[in-house]
Order: sequence, then structure tokens, then C-alpha cells
Amino acid sequence: MVQRTKLFLLRYGPLLTTFAVFLVVYIIGGQLYPAMRKPQVFFNLFINDGSLLLVSIGMTMVILSGGGGIDLSVGGVIALVSTASAALLRDGMSPYLVIPLMIVLGITLGGLMGWIIQYLKVQPFIATLMGLFFARGMAYIISLTSVTIKNDLYKTWALTPIHIPFIEKAYVYPTTLVGPIMLLVTIYLSFFTRFGRTIYAMGNNEQSALLMGLSVARTKVMVYAFSGLCSALAGIVFSMSLLAGYGQHATGMELDSIAAVVIGGTSLSGGVGNIIGTLFGVLIHGTIVSVLQFNGTLSSWWTRIGVGVLTLIAIGVQSLFYVRKKHS
Amino acid sequence: MKQISFLRKFRESQLFWPLVAWVLILIFDAIVEPGFFKLGIIEDPVYGKHLYGNLVDVFNNGAPLMLVAIGMTLVIATGGVDLSVGAVIAISAAMGAVLINPALGNQLITNDILTRNATNTPLPLIVLADLAAGTLCGLWNGLLVSRARIQPMVATLILMVAGRGIAQLITNGQIMTIYYTPYFWFGNGYILGLPVSIYIVAVVLLLAWVLVRKTAIGLFIESVGINAKSTFYSGISEQNVKLLAYMFCGLCGAIAGLILSSYVHSADGNNNGLNYELDAILAVVMGGTLMTGGRFSMFASVIGAVVIWTFTVTVYSLGVPANALLAAKAVLVLLVILLYSDYAGRFINRLFERRGSQHGTAN
Repeated sequence: MVQRTKLFLLRYGPLLTTFAVFLVVYIIGGQLYPAMRKPQVFFNLFINDGSLLLVSIGMTMVILSGGGGIDLSVGGVIALVSTASAALLRDGMSPYLVIPLMIVLGITLGGLMGWIIQYLKVQPFIATLMGLFFARGMAYIISLTSVTIKNDLYKTWALTPIHIPFIEKAYVYPTTLVGPIMLLVTIYLSFFTRFGRTIYAMGNNEQSALLMGLSVARTKVMVYAFSGLCSALAGIVFSMSLLAGYGQHATGMELDSIAAVVIGGTSLSGGVGNIIGTLFGVLIHGTIVSVLQFNGTLSSWWTRIGVGVLTLIAIGVQSLFYVRKKHS
Repeated sequence: MKQISFLRKFRESQLFWPLVAWVLILIFDAIVEPGFFKLGIIEDPVYGKHLYGNLVDVFNNGAPLMLVAIGMTLVIATGGVDLSVGAVIAISAAMGAVLINPALGNQLITNDILTRNATNTPLPLIVLADLAAGTLCGLWNGLLVSRARIQPMVATLILMVAGRGIAQLITNGQIMTIYYTPYFWFGNGYILGLPVSIYIVAVVLLLAWVLVRKTAIGLFIESVGINAKSTFYSGISEQNVKLLAYMFCGLCGAIAGLILSSYVHSADGNNNGLNYELDAILAVVMGGTLMTGGRFSMFASVIGAVVIWTFTVTVYSLGVPANALLAAKAVLVLLVILLYSDYAGRFINRLFERRGSQHGTAN
């Protein structure tokens, strides 16, 4: 029994720590500011961090795939998707055409980066950096200024509240649901499909995954394409919630999402961690932001410092658990 | 025979590819922008006669990037990476601005006091404080990497995220404008008609070169980059070598921040040194230093930085909007990637070997 508990703790330790940190931060917030105890505040986390959640889902899969995998292009893809869709909608294209087009754009960009990483043997870091520059630059080429979206369908999706059953005065928007749905899809993908298992296998040891006959090359390209898909969805959600497209959107989101993934217990060397932790990483980020907002006197830069400190703590906790695991 | 061996030596040196890239861009400029190479002498009311022209701009504006690239080279040579240089630049700039004008908290300071041409701290002390702040940041990164054994990318990511917050904390979230004219000398001054920043880069490069190539430290750095464990077993303190590299990188970032804030006359925690970490890594990679560590060349990285800035100035002079420059830069990165990929390497080697073997038979 003791042995089993120990194993359980070692396995789920980082995840439980993340969950505990989230609870502690949230409860402290609730104690300090009674208004934070309202259920709506919790749902606001999803509303405000919807695109961060989507981006972090893709980022988690990329980081899990190992080999220094990282996707720095997410913020750029969001900016490009929001600007391009705003420009196309302005020119009178139907949203039913624009949205699939943007998703294809995201998958293509991601897949291209994956191809460069896999077949030209470029470090993921550099290839996706190129993607970031390229996407942001293209966004500016499409429009140097912010493009407003006046499409009725976008407005309806962005502004129709969906009431949460059984809870009074709590609502989310249709765009908010994209993140959690994608999360469920990814949980299925990562735990119950060949794709997910291959990602974990190559994250742990790419060489042995290759020797086992797993299709490492194809999976690697697919992982980046998946991240591109998530970024494109995030871009659509982002442009819907702001009803505008601009090249300056989502600057620095790549760092926020890496921090969220690390706080969520995923090891940056790949193969260890899971997508549920990332959800709590994102929620912790959102909670810090809302605590600062409730406070009102603390300034926005404390978010950055807070996220930095939490990342440090998360890494400390991780290394503690993984060092133990190796020795046991 | 001697000529061939010199050519071969040159081709195999790390300086070859960045120089080729630079020459290509310059040739492009010569064709498309005939006015690009125009140099002239202008009489400045404050700094006297000095040179002006696009090429001078390349070196003057590129100086901070060159400095950061020098520091980054050593860090990458140890097999690490420092993502926090942009934040270090912001911290150093903020320190400088605050020490000149300590407008902390909610003190009521009249506009006359804020905008006067005076300082609260002597200039040498400001410079020292700046450098100390940068070195301290480097020390923090180095300790996390070498003692706490955190992956370099993650360890420096922490300061990258938190550092800009710290810079804003120092300036209380405001963009501080500097009105103290002697401080402007670092970014705008001239010595013998050439910008001061060029001399600063030259001095730092020379000092680093003496430190690295005239002592054993360079060898230590390369061996740590190639195999940290075997270096440790050879009796070299691999931890201290890494610590030194990160501290030096922090110092370079601080000098870059000093020049940058002096050039723009202000300190802005959010935008000082934005994207510098990425540009610096690009410069180092262009200089042929592998991201996995090992053999490095600081000169090649500096030329890489020059290439980036020549490219930037070229794109500006073609009339491309500053924001769209990013896409152009992406194309540059793609070209560099293709040039350094295995395919290109094999292709070029085959090309040269064929010619080399022809020479061999002729001899």
C-alpha cells in the first residue's frame, strides 16, 4: 500500500502540485477579494484565456514530442489569422468560407515548419522563430493598422451568452467553448490513439521509438501541424472576442503558453507530462491576472513577475519529482 | 599551392559564410540602391564633424546587437542559450534612466526637475550600476543553469518573462525620458568622426578575444560545449565555466542596454531590446556556431550581426514599412537555414572537392 501510494505520488506529483497551486492561489484570491468567490469569475478565466488555452494545448503536444520541440510561432499565427480573416470578411467573404480557410492556413504553416524541422534537420526553436517572424510580417503586410470586423455572424458568436445550467448568473460565450472541446479532443488523441502514444514514445527516446518501427518522421510533422491548427483556432477565437484583426495581437503569447505548459508539469525535455496539467497551468495564469485586476493598485507588470516566479517553482517541483523517480 | 591552401583555409573558417552573405547583400545594394554606399561628413552642433551614411548607420545601430551576439556566442558555445538578453537590456536601460532621475513611487516631482539637464548620480556610477545589474542577471542565469541544473532555455526563459516586469518595476511602469545630455554620448557621440558605439564594440570584442583565445578559457568553453561530463572528469570546473559565460553575456546585454537607451534618449521596459534575443541567436547561428555547442567564433557572430543590420537598413531604404520587415527577416532566416542544411553543405562540398581534386591532378 505504501509502495503504491509512493508510486502514485511520483507519477501524478507534478499534476497534483499544479492543481494544489491553482486551488491555493484561487482561495487566497477569494479570501482577499470576496467578489472573486462568484462563480462567474471562474468562468471568466475560460473566457479571457480561451485563446491561451488553445495555444497551450498545441504547445503541450509539441513539447511532449521531445527533441527540443517548441513552437514559438503561435503568437504570430494568431496575429496572421486574425488579420487575414478580418481583411477577408471586410472584403465580403462569407465567414463559413473564411473559418475553414484560416484553419487550413494554420495547418499548412505548422506542417511546413514541421517539415523543415524533420527533413532539413533544423532546430525547432529556429524554424518556429522563422514562422513567428514570417506570420507577423505577413499580418503587417495585409494591414498596418487594426481591421475591425463588422460581420453579423461573428458578432452573434462573440456576444451571445450561454447560461450555465444550475448556476445562477453564470454564462460563457460560444467562442469560449472551443478551448474545452479541443481539450477533450486532445485528451482522447493523447491517451487513446496511436498518434498520442507515438508522441510520448518519441518524447522519451526518439531513437528507440524509431527502432520500434513507429512513424517518427510523420508524427513530428503532424505534431507541428496540430499546433498550427490550435493556433489558427486560437486566432479565430481571438479575433471573434476582440472583433478586430491586428498584427500586434498576442505578442508574447508564446512565452505565456510555454510558462503555462511548464507550470502544468510537462517537462521541456519531452515525454513527461500531460495535457490536463496544462489546463491548470492556464487557469493559474488566468487567476493571477484576475487577482491583479481585483486588486487594482498592483500594476500589470506583476503578472510577468508572478508568472516567472511560478515557472521557477514549477521547475523546482518537477526536478524534485523526476530526480526521485530516477533513483527509486 | 600556397594560394590554394589559403583559399581553403578561408573557406573552412567560420568567417566565410557570413562574409559571403554580407557581400551578397552589398552587391544587391550596389545594383538596386546606388546611393547606399554614399558617405559624407556632416558638422554636428554638439559632437563636431563626423561621418554619416548608411554604412555608418549599420555599425552604429547594429552595435547593441553585435555586443549581445558576442556574449551569446560564448553561452551557445557552452551548449546553452540565453533568452533573457532582451530583458537584461531593458533592465539596464531602466537602471540608467532611474539613476539619472529617481522619480520612484508617487513623489510629486515637478516637470522642471524631471526635464532638467542634470543627474542625481555621477555618470561613472550610473555606468557601473548598469553593468553590475546586467552581470547580476547573468549570475542568476548562470547559477540556475550550472548549480540548479535547469535546462538553459527554461532557466533563461524565467528572466525573459520576469525581467521585463522587473524593468517596469524599476521605472514604475513609465517610459522614462532622459534629458541628461552627457548620457547621450554612448549612443550618439563620435570619436575621430566614427560613432562611439563602434569603439565600445571593438574594445569589448578585443577584451573578450584576449580573455578567450590568449588564455585557456576558450578551450574550456569549447570542451564544455562538446562534452560537459568529460570536461568535468578532466578536472575542469564545468560549472564555473558556464557561470562565467552567462555572466559575460549579462554584462554584454547591460552594455547594449546602455547604448540603446542612450541612443533613443529613453527607457521603456516593454520595448527596449524587443526581439534582441532572437536576433542575437540568428547572428550567432549565421556565424556558424552550432546551437549544440563546441567550436565558436565571436568575430563570425559580429559579422552575422552586421549582416542582419545591413539587411535591415537595406529593407528600410527600399521603403518597406518597418513592421513588414519581420517577414523579410523570416525569408533571411529561411535562406540561412537552407544554406546551413545538410543538403546545401553536401552540395557545396562536392562542388569544391571536384575543383580541389582537379587542382590536385594538375599538381
